[in-house]
This record gives sequence, C-alpha cells and structure tokens, in this order.
Amino acid sequence: MPLRAKVASSVSRTAAALSRAAGRGDGSVIGGWIGLKIDPDLLAHLSAGRAIALVSGTNGKTTTTRLTTAAVGVLGRVATNSFGANMPTGHTSALAKAGSTPYAVLEVDEHYLAQVLEATEPHVVALLNLSRDQLDRAKEVAMMAQLWRAALVRHPRIRVVANADDPMVVWAACPPADPAQGHVPPHVTWFSAGQRWHDDSWVCPECGSTIQRSGEQWWCTGCPLRRPEPNWTVEDDGVLDPTGAWHKIQLQLPGKVNLGNAATALAVAAEFGVRPVDAVSRLGTVTSVAGRYAQVDRDGRNIRLLLAKNPASWLEAFDMADVAPTLLSINARDPDGLDTSWLFDVDFSPLTGRQVLITGDRAYDLAVRLEVNGVPFQHVRSFDEAVRAVPPGRLEVIANYTAFQDIRAELDRVN
Amino acid sequence: MSTESLRIVWIYPDLLSTYGDRGNALILARRAQLRGMPVEVLEVRSDQRLPATADIYLIGGGEDGPQALGAQRLIADGGLHRAVAQGSVVFGVCAGYQLLGTSFFAKGTRCAGLELLDLSSDRGPTRAVGELAGEVDPRLGIPHLSGFENHGGRTHLGPGVSPLARVTTGVGNDGATEGAWRGKLLGTYSHGPALARNPDLADLLLRWATGIHQLPPLDDTWADRLRSERRTAVAAAPRP
Ligand SMILES: [Zn+2]
Repeated sequence: MPLRAKVASSVSRTAAALSRAAGRGDGSVIGGWIGLKIDPDLLAHLSAGRAIALVSGTNGKTTTTRLTTAAVGVLGRVATNSFGANMPTGHTSALAKAGSTPYAVLEVDEHYLAQVLEATEPHVVALLNLSRDQLDRAKEVAMMAQLWRAALVRHPRIRVVANADDPMVVWAACPPADPAQGHVPPHVTWFSAGQRWHDDSWVCPECGSTIQRSGEQWWCTGCPLRRPEPNWTVEDDGVLDPTGAWHKIQLQLPGKVNLGNAATALAVAAEFGVRPVDAVSRLGTVTSVAGRYAQVDRDGRNIRLLLAKNPASWLEAFDMADVAPTLLSINARDPDGLDTSWLFDVDFSPLTGRQVLITGDRAYDLAVRLEVNGVPFQHVRSFDEAVRAVPPGRLEVIANYTAFQDIRAELDRVN
Repeated sequence: MSTESLRIVWIYPDLLSTYGDRGNALILARRAQLRGMPVEVLEVRSDQRLPATADIYLIGGGEDGPQALGAQRLIADGGLHRAVAQGSVVFGVCAGYQLLGTSFFAKGTRCAGLELLDLSSDRGPTRAVGELAGEVDPRLGIPHLSGFENHGGRTHLGPGVSPLARVTTGVGNDGATEGAWRGKLLGTYSHGPALARNPDLADLLLRWATGIHQLPPLDDTWADRLRSERRTAVAAAPRP
C-alpha cells in the first residue's frame, strides 16, 4: 500500500475510534470520510489483495451481507460493513478497521454500485432486486437497472449472482455482449428468492412490451427476455444447490424472504469455493442484523423488531410477523423519504384480525390508509404506551427507517 | 351513473401507478359504499380495451416511458374520448394530468396528449418535490387542497380550462396555479394520494358522477387530523 494510503487508513481508524468514544454512532461513516479526504484512492488501495463480494439491491442487502459473511467465513477472516454504512465512506472505514483480511463482503447502496465496482474490482457481485424506494428522490427503477447494466458492461470479468425472479435484475445482469469491442457476456449464476412485489416490473426494460406472469415464470411478450432457469432455489425449508443437493436451512431469522437470502449467501460463497454443506451451519449463527429481527423482553412482552422501508419490504414483513399484536410506526424524515404515498401501494389487509397500534410522525397517514383497508387500529403517542396497550406475550413492531431507529434507541440500541 | 352500480375504471395500473395511485380508486369506492352505493372497480391494463361506459376514470402518475406509451395507447383506443362525450368523470394525477392536455414532454421529446383539456406541459427549470397546498376555485365549493408533488413539468393553462387551485405552498402548474378543471374533467399534480388527503375532492367527483348534490356526511376524523397536521407542518417549514 502506498505511504499516503497507509497514513489515510490509520487516520481513518483513529477517527472512527474517536467518533465512537464521543458517542457519535459507530464511527463507520466519519472514519471513512476522513480517510478518503487524505487519499481519494483509499478504497481501491484497501481493496487490493482481497477477494471481494458486493451485495446490492433495494431490499435484503444488509441481511444477505451478514449471511454471506458468515458463509465465506468458512475460508478465513472476512471484512464487512456490518453497520449498514453502505456507501464508499462506509466501505473504506470497514476495510481500514478490519486490517488485512483475505476476503471482504460489502453491502452497497444500489445508487453507488457502479462507483464501488470501479474502486474495489470485486470477484463477485450479488444483485438482489430493484423496486420503488423513497419516491421523492430515488432514481426510476428502470434507470437504476440501466446504471447497473452499464457498470457490468465495463467489468465483464466480474462474476454475477442474480435474482432470476426480478425482470429488472435479469435485464441488468445480462448486458449485450459486443464481440467486436472484445466484450464477453458476464458469467451469471441465477438464484430464485421469490418476489412478492411485481408492481415495478410490468413493462419490459428492453422493449417496453408487457411482462406476463404465470406461477413463478415470467416472460416479455415482445422480446426474448424471460426468467432464466435458476441454479439455486428455495425448496421447503431448505436450499437446492446447482448439483441438485438439498440443504436444510435452520435460521434464527424469520420468513421465507430470509430463506431466499440464505440461498443467495450460499450462491455467493460458492463463487469463492465454499461448499454449501460447510456453510449452512454458520448461517444459523446469525441472530439479528443491526437491530432487525432483534427480540427484547420488557414488562412481560416479547418485542420483535422488523424493518420495512418500502412497499416490497412491507409485504415481506407482514409475511414474517406472527399473528400477534402489531405496532406500526411511520416517519417521513430525510432518510425515509418525505413522500408517504407508497402507503397506498401496500395492502394492509393481512393485519386484519390482529390488534393493530399505530405511532410515528406520520401516524395519521397510516390511519387514513388503514381505514380504507377496514383494519381497526389504535393510535398511541409513544412506544411505552404501545407496550402498555398490549397483553403480555409477543408484540411485533414493524417500522420504517428512522421510526425503527427511534424504537431501537428506546430499547438501548439493541443489535 | 350507469344503471346497477357506480363503475370506476383505473386506467393502465401497469403503466401509471407510481405514487400510491391505487389509493384514489380505493377512496372513491369506500366513500360510495359507505353511502350504500354499489360500486365496481375495474383495473384496465394497457393491453386491454378501455370500456367507454364507466362513470369515473382515474389516471395516475408514471415515469416518462410509461407516460408516453400510455398516451399513445389511450389515443389509439379512443374509449376515453367516447366516455367523456357521454359525460363521464375523469380524474388525472401528475403524468395522468399532463396527458389529458394537448402535449407534454417525456424522454426529451414533445408527445401528443389526448386534447381533453386545454393545457400543455413542458419541462421546468427544477424538479418540484414536496408538500403542495392551495386554495381551491370557490366555484367547486371544497376546502384547501393538500398533497405532495413530485414532477419536472410545468403546465400552461389555455382559456378552455380553469385552475383547480391558487398555490399557497409548492409549485403545481407554475408556482401560481395548480391543476385544472373543465366540466367533469379534473387534473392535479397532487398525490398523497390526492383523494386520501382531500376527501371533499373525492365527494365532488362522486357528486359529478351520480348527480346527487347532497351526499350523506361521513366521519372524516382521521383525514381531518392528517390535513391539519400537514397544514401545520407546511407552515412551520415552508419550502425554499
Ligand atoms: Zn421485452
């Protein structure tokens, strides 16, 4: 590593430690920021010599990164950005903090994937899904897919692990090969993780025709784009690998969506030579991920935290939540996006029959939405009031980003 | 109103459904049902023919590509023009509002609109994103408009339409006026969705569709709280 990068890396670690000591979060952003100021190529220098996997998509990237880190851990030490700091400053800080490791698994914000591909030259990139998120500022879904696609064209040697169930991801993962320019199609391994949300992929990104669906299959009515045959699939409570071997998966994380994330993690780890049979037991060691799925006991209530940031992830949260009293909390601060109209893209009727409480800055938006769905609810002004309002036993909490962080803070920043 | 039930058509949800647009159909259906009206909501996808005999047609927001495609298909289909000629109600939001006019911009080119409203849209210098509020045309007899906008367009009204509202917060058409209406056609940049945040606007569309001038009142406690909470928030933090 050049001297400037060494200094930057060491300063980055020190800054992160100082930031943590001062009680300003986990320091992963500020440390990386200072490091990058001293050496703008620091992320590239820190990446050199490591075999790296990048994990990106609208939903599930934090959990999939954690599961992949556990799986690749079979081979040796793995650096990762475990605090959800998923932009280049967070990657820089995570790699600097980890020191030299043979492997790294990094969660990447979907808007930064092209930039991080350039800097880290990963061995493999996992593409999970693309759907609407933060309507007031996110790029159009089709435009995100186009950016991913353009980035992959520039890096044809990177191996791709991609979701066969999401038409936008499939299109992004298969850029046209141009032999005249020396372009070869990328090597893609397909997984099937299921997709409950279809509302952002009715129109073909290639030709603009309608996309038809039947069961798990989908195909464009105007061009050859269609669902590729997946190499890794979820079957019952396990994962089928490309050799046809089935592996039982025992996760501590709820829901079918996390079985899909486990399949993805095994597929990514396999790109490094990890055999699924050696990795499955490690997946079961992951309990909660930056507070997601964490369980806390308070006043006889077992409180479980589920994060849901956009329509697709709300549908998944309803699927994984137990039939139990449920607190919904909605904010619309900067990190959440200021626009709450997505509430009407989500069908809240799965909550019918459960005791539903609502809170958060934008509880009234939620109230109007639940009324239309015919779901009775009770408005509470605080988390404590919610806990007191439900009987002893399980309380499911489903919240969007800053609402989730507020509740996590109430519970002493549970991890 | 068609004979047995109030028929609401949601036009092209596969193309034009970005900002919780389903909410407008849900709100209209619920407010009609609470008054005992039988309701039928039809979702007509862009590869289907548009029935010309419904009472209310809803068109939502969308990205540039789907907006241009939606306009082409609606012009080719012709069903909406026939419905308007027969006195149906049309409510357009954002991209769906723009395409009711004579022309709009999508993907850098001028596209032909449906020419149902005397207005045209082009690109503004900046994207208008944030809370949108305004005082509604007093002839419509409804309280202030509350919503959220997110669009890059600017809309210029011709003499054949009236503005829906005078802007008090946000941009709307051009920073001064917001939305437009003529007869039983009404368009707005406000989502939220618009009818969830403006129940009186939903009732206006129902009155137009049914010809019933006095609809029984409903309990709008939560919508009223939402409207006043938004009004307070907007006053506390005006947009630059
Ligand atoms: Zn196609």
